[in-house]
Order: sequence, then structure tokens, then C-alpha cells
Amino acid sequence: MTPLDDTDRRILNHMQEDLPLVANPYVLVADELDLTEADLLSRLSRMKDDRVITRFGPFFDAAAMGGAFCLCAMAVPEHDFDSVLIKVNAHPEVAHNYERTHHLNMWFVLATETPEGIGATADAIERETGLTVLRFPKLQEFFIGFRVAA
Amino acid sequence: MSITDTDRQIIEALQGGLPLVPAPFAQVAKGLGMNEATLIDRIAALKASGVIRRIAAAPNHYKLGMVANGMTVWDVDDARISAFGARIGALPFVTHCYERPRALPDWPYNLFAMVHGATRDEVFEKRAQIAAILGDTCRSSDILYSTRILKKTGLRLKERT
Repeated sequence: MTPLDDTDRRILNHMQEDLPLVANPYVLVADELDLTEADLLSRLSRMKDDRVITRFGPFFDAAAMGGAFCLCAMAVPEHDFDSVLIKVNAHPEVAHNYERTHHLNMWFVLATETPEGIGATADAIERETGLTVLRFPKLQEFFIGFRVAA
Repeated sequence: MSITDTDRQIIEALQGGLPLVPAPFAQVAKGLGMNEATLIDRIAALKASGVIRRIAAAPNHYKLGMVANGMTVWDVDDARISAFGARIGALPFVTHCYERPRALPDWPYNLFAMVHGATRDEVFEKRAQIAAILGDTCRSSDILYSTRILKKTGLRLKERT
């Protein structure tokens, strides 16, 4: 991957904020960053190709659509890890999945269009893998300081 | 709220991301057989209702050198979790902070705070700051580092049949 320069970092810091909702939003951002629109777009494309940006676009709130999110965890035996992973990730409701240092070693987030979808998907994963899916829905959210200083 | 069929088409068209072209909404609108102004209006309505939180970049922490990602978890007195959760969530190095149910006996923790850093030492030091704030309101704690991203796609709507 191309190493990030200061301009890339400024772009990353800025573009974690909401994009203006206008016909030509990138030229506004480029002006604020003192760049040309073409330079901004080519840097964004490069950072997306390099996976520095995993995604650029709308962040949806499944709960506001009548759906739900739920953090789930499983204790997956090491020798079965890859086959369980394939079964879990095959569900489109699995939005992210991380391996973590704990006997509960697989942590994933389900995002479903209905509240019932959480239980249905978690139950399906339990049937397919024979493993318990612990469910940790959020009870309170204390602040989303989602921004990362690049 | 429930979403309309048109909203659903818009969400499906945008869930892979917004095109990186000078007029991204015109390009998406064309694919939907809609005009650009109508699409922008509907996206504005989806933002107003909270379905779209923002349109922005999702950075990859690992690629930014923040290779240590710790999910710190705490068993906090239920009566005091709201007040303490708000204090922990306000710390500049905590990116997400939630109260979640315990899963006893396996999992005694009810407060989750994500901490990112360049090294595990840095994350560990930040964790100590959280521990100092919680003091004796916290009975036990742990930290789970992420060792691999296994999937990261965000929300996907299922195809309607």
C-alpha cells in the first residue's frame, strides 16, 4: 500500500464527518481542505483500494428502520475455527466479525431488519455450528466517539 | 419507522458505498431511474428520521497503525452504571461505550468500552485510567484484544423475494 502522507491524513480526519448532502459534495470538501476535487477523489479511491478506508458511504441505523443490532459471542474450538467462521459469515446479517483474545474468541454484530431477526439468525447459527451464541444487545449507549485521529 | 419500497431501493443502491465521482447522487439516481433532486430529498428524509446517521468514511484502524484494539469490559454496580458509563464514554480515547446484559456465569461484565492504540501497552495504560475512574464500583474486569478482522461489511439488506 502507498504510505499515507499528511494530506491523506487530513482527508481521513475530515471525511469521518458527515458529507454535505448536495449534488457535488466532494468539491465542497476539497475546497475546505484546499485541494482540487480531482486530487481528493483520486486519493479517496486509492485509500479505498488500499483498504485504509473500508467503506465510504452512508452509515445506516438498523434500529431506526425498525430493525435491530446485537453483539454476539461464541467460544469456537481452535480446530473448528475456519469451518465455523464460514458458516457464521455466510449470514448476510453478520455485519462485522472479529477474532478476540478470550475463550469467547469470535465476536460479531448482527444487523437485522426486524427485532425478531436477531433471535432467528442467532438460533440458526447455533443449529448450524452446534455452539452457543451469547447475545449482548445494547441496553444503553453512552457516546459514540466514532472518529479516529489518522 | 418502517421504510418504503423506494427507500429500500435507495438503501440497497447505497449500501456498497457512495460513488467517488463529482456528482455521486446523479450516478446513483440514474441507476434507480430517479432524478437527482428526488434522490437527495429522500436521503435528507432518511437522515432526518435517523435511518442514515451520516455519510462518511469508515477507516481501517489497523491500516492507520492502531493495531491494538482492546474491548475493555467491566462488572459495574447496576445502580451506578448510568453515571459511570457517561464518564467513561466521554473519555477521548474511548470510541464506543455501551451497557450490555451479563451472561452469567460465563460473562459477569455489563459495561463495554472500546479502546484503540498503537500498542497493547498504550491500550493497557488507557484501561488503567478507566479502572481508576470506576474505583470500587467495579467488581472485576477484563480486556479482549482483536487479533483479526473476520468480516466488515456493514448492514446489508436481504433481497426481497
